[in-house]
Amino acid sequence: MPAFTSAEYMAILLSLKVSIVATLVSLPFGFGVAYLMTYRQFRGKVALDVAINLPLTLPPVVIGYILLLLLGQKGFIGQHLLEPLGIKLIFTWKAAVIATAVVGFPLMVRSIRLGMESVDNRLIQAARTLGAGRFDTIVTVIIPLSLRGIAAGSALMFARGLGEFGATIVVAGNIPGVTQTIPLAIYEYASSPDGDAMALALCLVSVVISVVVLLLHEYLNRRMAGTD
Amino acid sequence: MELHVCLQKKFGAFALDVDFTVQGERVGVFGPSGSGKSTLVSLLAGLQHADAGIIRLDGEPLYDSQGAVDVPPEQRRIGIVFQLPYLFPHMSVRANLLYGYKRSAPANRRIDFDSLVEVLQIGHLLSRGVHNLSGGEKQRVAIGRTVLSNPRLLLMDEPLSALDDSLKFQIIDYLKAASEAFRIPYLFISHSLLEMRIMADRVLTVGAGRIEAQTTAEELARSRMGQSPVGYINLLKLGNPRRFDGMSAYAWGGTELLISAANDRPDALFELSSKDIILIRQHPGAISARNLLDCSVADIFRSGNKVGVELACGDDRLVAEVVQEAARELGIEKGSRLFAAIKASAFRRLR
Repeated sequence: MPAFTSAEYMAILLSLKVSIVATLVSLPFGFGVAYLMTYRQFRGKVALDVAINLPLTLPPVVIGYILLLLLGQKGFIGQHLLEPLGIKLIFTWKAAVIATAVVGFPLMVRSIRLGMESVDNRLIQAARTLGAGRFDTIVTVIIPLSLRGIAAGSALMFARGLGEFGATIVVAGNIPGVTQTIPLAIYEYASSPDGDAMALALCLVSVVISVVVLLLHEYLNRRMAGTD
Repeated sequence: MELHVCLQKKFGAFALDVDFTVQGERVGVFGPSGSGKSTLVSLLAGLQHADAGIIRLDGEPLYDSQGAVDVPPEQRRIGIVFQLPYLFPHMSVRANLLYGYKRSAPANRRIDFDSLVEVLQIGHLLSRGVHNLSGGEKQRVAIGRTVLSNPRLLLMDEPLSALDDSLKFQIIDYLKAASEAFRIPYLFISHSLLEMRIMADRVLTVGAGRIEAQTTAEELARSRMGQSPVGYINLLKLGNPRRFDGMSAYAWGGTELLISAANDRPDALFELSSKDIILIRQHPGAISARNLLDCSVADIFRSGNKVGVELACGDDRLVAEVVQEAARELGIEKGSRLFAAIKASAFRRLR
């Protein structure tokens, strides 16, 4: 196995960082959207559902390109919101976070929704008539009882983040040490004449991280099943 | 408690349209499945929204579509005991019990945790998880949880229909004990006439989304006697029997009732159908039925094509039913003297 240089270590750390931050940032939004879709009736619910699930069917490159158009210097958000605030996202690791969050969002929402739908509506009604307001009911009944869905959604988002390639390369580029995650590094080694060994070594790292995530997810799942 | 309700709610082909004012501490809502009882419960508790109408509890508006009042469920102080316990599975028995208590305003807390635990006999369960409880224990905890939230009105939505007979009467005792000990007025919702008789004084009968009548449980039982396959059910609270010839002899009506369903409980409850009482004008001399009661007719009422005869035996009462021709032949009128023959095996033990 070839010795990793700092660039590879950076890629591994960056992959983990991007996935973790994307998961944490998405979680409240994912929960909120899942709550709306599960418990509230409103106009445009179908449209919202389609919009959330769009990244699931769109090629990631398309998502990356749309994000680039929106967040870039000439883009609507980039020009009117980010520039006045002095924020630059494109070609930074934050852009990779956004790309990962958008691509993984439908998976996260789906899992949390499944968790929420498994909570008996009568338990929620019981909580309300016992004096718990809407927010109180969310915190004391809905979240604890849909924890498994929340954990599964987070694990899926994290795993999807580790594998994110298409959207990231468009919106964050492939800058070693700055935005180069494991998949981007593998891509670079795989396209250079003598990079096979390094590409393979990084593949191995990917496999190890994925296995650890899946085991952790399984472990949490079992612990939660035990406390039910 | 005074409850004024005038509500309209449509669900597809079904429409609920009720308008009533009811007073009392033990109110029954009686009707078949699908008549709108559960919808009424949801609307009263604020779990569903009516299309239009008013709900006023002791003068305070909880919902008024005209005045745009809609108190959210957590502020209505209307507790529900559901058909199933619906305990929070991620909490211990104690945490379940205290869920509503902790959320009630300190000024409204008049129910003491320890005395409730004693009334419901759940002290030994407190530290357990709710998965390790039996069906009856779960329902007791559910009752306790609702009562401890210090509601001003309890809605008991068919709380007994998921329980088997022996458990049913056990839970009835706890329901009565808890609501009486802490004086919480309740609406008892059920399709069982027997449960109405035990749990309610005033009864609202509901059918096809409307209130058909407001009556008493006793009147309701009498009016339905003629159509009911089981007739009128006499409920007899009897206690401290002596053993006699393989049967139990209970003091009743100035004499003794012989019952073959033995029970040593000091507060047993038996049911006896009006169909199982044979009326005779003169003493027959000898008869196989072990109970021959000397009674007078206290009241006569018509129900369908049957005649109900209220018999006075000492200070106690029984209702028997006969067809009209039999009533004529017996010459039944108020004050007339009759003998009632009842087999010892005709009594069914409820508790």
